[in-house]
Amino acid sequence: MQEKVNDAPGSDYTYVGTRPIRPDGVDKVTGRAKFGADLAMAGQLVGKVLRSPHPHARIRSIDTSAAEKLAGVKAVITGKDFMDQPSEFIPAGEMMINYRDVVRNVMAREKALYEGHAIAAVAATSAAVAKQALKLIKVDYEVLPHVIDVVEAMKPGAPLLHEDMYTAGVEPAPKTPSNVAKRIEFVLGDVAAGFKQADVIVEREFTTKPVHQGYIEPHACIASVSEDGTADIWVTTQGHWIVRAHCARLLGWDVNKIRATSSEIGGGFGGKTVVYLEPLALALAKKARRPVKMVMTREEVFRASGPTSGAHVRVKIGAKKDGRIVAAEAELKYQAGAFAGSPVQPGAMCAYAPYDLENVKVVGYDVVTNRPKVAAYRAPGGPISEFAVESVIDELAGRIGMDPIELRLKNAAKEGTKAAYGPKFGPIGMIDTLKAAKSHAHWRTPLGKNQGRGVASGFWFNIGGETSVSLSLNEDGTLSLTAGTPDIGGLRASLCMMAAEELKVPLDKIRVQIGDTGQLGYNFLTGGSRATFSSGMATVEAAREVMKEACKRAAKLWELPEDAVEYKDGAVRPAGPNAGKHNPMTLKEIAGIAGKTGGPIAGYSRINAHGAAPSLATHVCDVEVDPETGKVSVVRYTAIQDAGRAIHPSYVEGQYQGGVAQGIGWALNEEYIYGADGKMQNAGFLDYRVPVASDLPMIDTVIVEVPNPRHPYGVRGVGETPIVPPMAAVANAVANATGIRFTDLPMSPPKVLKALDEARAKGTAKI
Amino acid sequence: MDERMAHVTLIGNLRQFTGGVTEIDVEAATVRQLFARLGEKYPDLLPHLETGSAVAIDGQIYQDALFQPIGPHSDVHILPQIAGG
Repeated sequence: MQEKVNDAPGSDYTYVGTRPIRPDGVDKVTGRAKFGADLAMAGQLVGKVLRSPHPHARIRSIDTSAAEKLAGVKAVITGKDFMDQPSEFIPAGEMMINYRDVVRNVMAREKALYEGHAIAAVAATSAAVAKQALKLIKVDYEVLPHVIDVVEAMKPGAPLLHEDMYTAGVEPAPKTPSNVAKRIEFVLGDVAAGFKQADVIVEREFTTKPVHQGYIEPHACIASVSEDGTADIWVTTQGHWIVRAHCARLLGWDVNKIRATSSEIGGGFGGKTVVYLEPLALALAKKARRPVKMVMTREEVFRASGPTSGAHVRVKIGAKKDGRIVAAEAELKYQAGAFAGSPVQPGAMCAYAPYDLENVKVVGYDVVTNRPKVAAYRAPGGPISEFAVESVIDELAGRIGMDPIELRLKNAAKEGTKAAYGPKFGPIGMIDTLKAAKSHAHWRTPLGKNQGRGVASGFWFNIGGETSVSLSLNEDGTLSLTAGTPDIGGLRASLCMMAAEELKVPLDKIRVQIGDTGQLGYNFLTGGSRATFSSGMATVEAAREVMKEACKRAAKLWELPEDAVEYKDGAVRPAGPNAGKHNPMTLKEIAGIAGKTGGPIAGYSRINAHGAAPSLATHVCDVEVDPETGKVSVVRYTAIQDAGRAIHPSYVEGQYQGGVAQGIGWALNEEYIYGADGKMQNAGFLDYRVPVASDLPMIDTVIVEVPNPRHPYGVRGVGETPIVPPMAAVANAVANATGIRFTDLPMSPPKVLKALDEARAKGTAKI
Repeated sequence: MDERMAHVTLIGNLRQFTGGVTEIDVEAATVRQLFARLGEKYPDLLPHLETGSAVAIDGQIYQDALFQPIGPHSDVHILPQIAGG
């Protein structure tokens, strides 16, 4: 069942908050929609990548001469085809990028740092020729010891990935290199003093395995470079302005030489915010003087594109007998993969964000290991730290003998609470989601045999950022809206609805498209749950510009001052008693004479969207544990989250459900499995087990609306928070069912069965 | 606290560049002025403010907003920038 509670004021909107048919739906279900691999160009070549078979090896030499001589091979590139980059963190949109690492990640230079690391690439007339050419490339490797596990990588004497990496954030500065790129620390109050006041303290250590975003569509692009130096790239990405920026930098080209166009996207979840194939395709296309198309196999997606971190987390929380938390600590160790930059910082900031606490200390470590460099994954860093915290809070409630929702309510952050990461919150919906959970029928429904129920909450910040939108009034009165944030979760629908609400025109009179990088000013990517928030804000501004211009034109025609004309109910009208009698002019009428009254009418908004607000969620999960096999089945799930305002509730519900499905996979099945040789053993969907429809119940949702006062329609952003609570909600449900606290994800059947057998031997198992 | 000054709290690792100072009162009308004043006092801090930091003014987080006004009594936090997935 999908529900809404405490609707935001303004529920009398005509379009916002309704559920029109999805504008992107028809093309997607008929197969007409074009994804990354769907575009073809005349004369195109096939690009393929040679990847390292070793998790860690020095590259002594690469000999491409035999491959270059093979008939049908038109270009071969290695790391030498890219300029080296200095080691410096520079802003790229809202991210900090060290291009020294980026250039080494897209194509290895001195060392291969993970199995699957790109070593060379070829462009050939067919896939068969390209594959044959890869076999002819001779690479002389000096195989080095490797390290995969984060705790092992931190130990003195562990194989070093980067001989020049010294831990930042430690005083005095270390004199020996290590795999720990950075130590971070967030402190609020005095935890030592807080723990002295505690009646109950729970301390646990947790491990999570690396998991992949698991987007169905692999990375894909097609690139063409003209002899005049201009280039086009069609690519599946969360941000084509980012693709343009990274490629221009890596290739040493001016930004304006590259026109990047985003295809439809078959999932990204953060994993398509970086570049892998794109600079290679452009370099090959330039060298071959023909278009080059590159598509990763699923195996390459797993081995060579960024999953999220595996981690080791220690959490310690102390509370009074009445449930008030008096101190909270966490130590987070996150894998970054081959290059520095795990999401440990946001993980540390999120860990205790849902709560109003006086004494908090979180320490985090960013650790390099011989795995693909991690990429963002929905609420990057948050699910790991909050899994551990929400598990301990559940155990704490059990020790005190308090309802876990009541304990959370007692400590819940609200407007005015000083967040554990510093600033005070504005209006937030933590308490609203907890109350909605408590009053939901799910929470009161009796459980069956071998079943357990868990609850967990979650937090994500959400962001704004640079955004451009144009809205053109066409000559027949229809409108064309161009945005620059790729539509992943219903952006075109929500922008259309906000524009229609402003202009009071029917939805089918506005067509929304995603423009290429030549059509608009800069757009940061679709990520951070920002697209509906930021592009929506820009859309409203552009629509208001159109209305203002329409009024200006009518005022000229009516020979009235501009302030004597107003836009109301889809038409321009005289305003006030002295404006005289004029028949209202519709947008269609204004558009029809636009050429004679000053030229085309359009709104163009270019903003750095500020005012993003966090979204909080509370999830309730029922599981059934098979006592014979250890298999955990999720039998009921309710996701409750503050959306600010749901512009198109069906898409919001889809975000909630998708996040839950991914979180359940993370909790129960998904993991990168490595052999002792440092090679991934399950690089395919048969062995890397994401949940399929038959694994999941219908995921119920409750949309809570606590409007964001800084957005014209109250939008918060909803895409990331839903993946935060599921791991703890599932683990808490399993603990409730079995009496066993699982601290090592995934809770796969062999692990659960082993724990059950051990508990049965001790007489502590509930089933 | 001087009543004309914003109260600024440095979050996370930024204290490493201020000799351990985490709270300071600063007279600044905008984020740009805030960075300049802090940079004069703590030169090692300045590059970390200019790249990679967000500023929360009375609870609202701003990223890359040099001209955002700061009130004379504002509660300001400087913290790491957030991206997302």
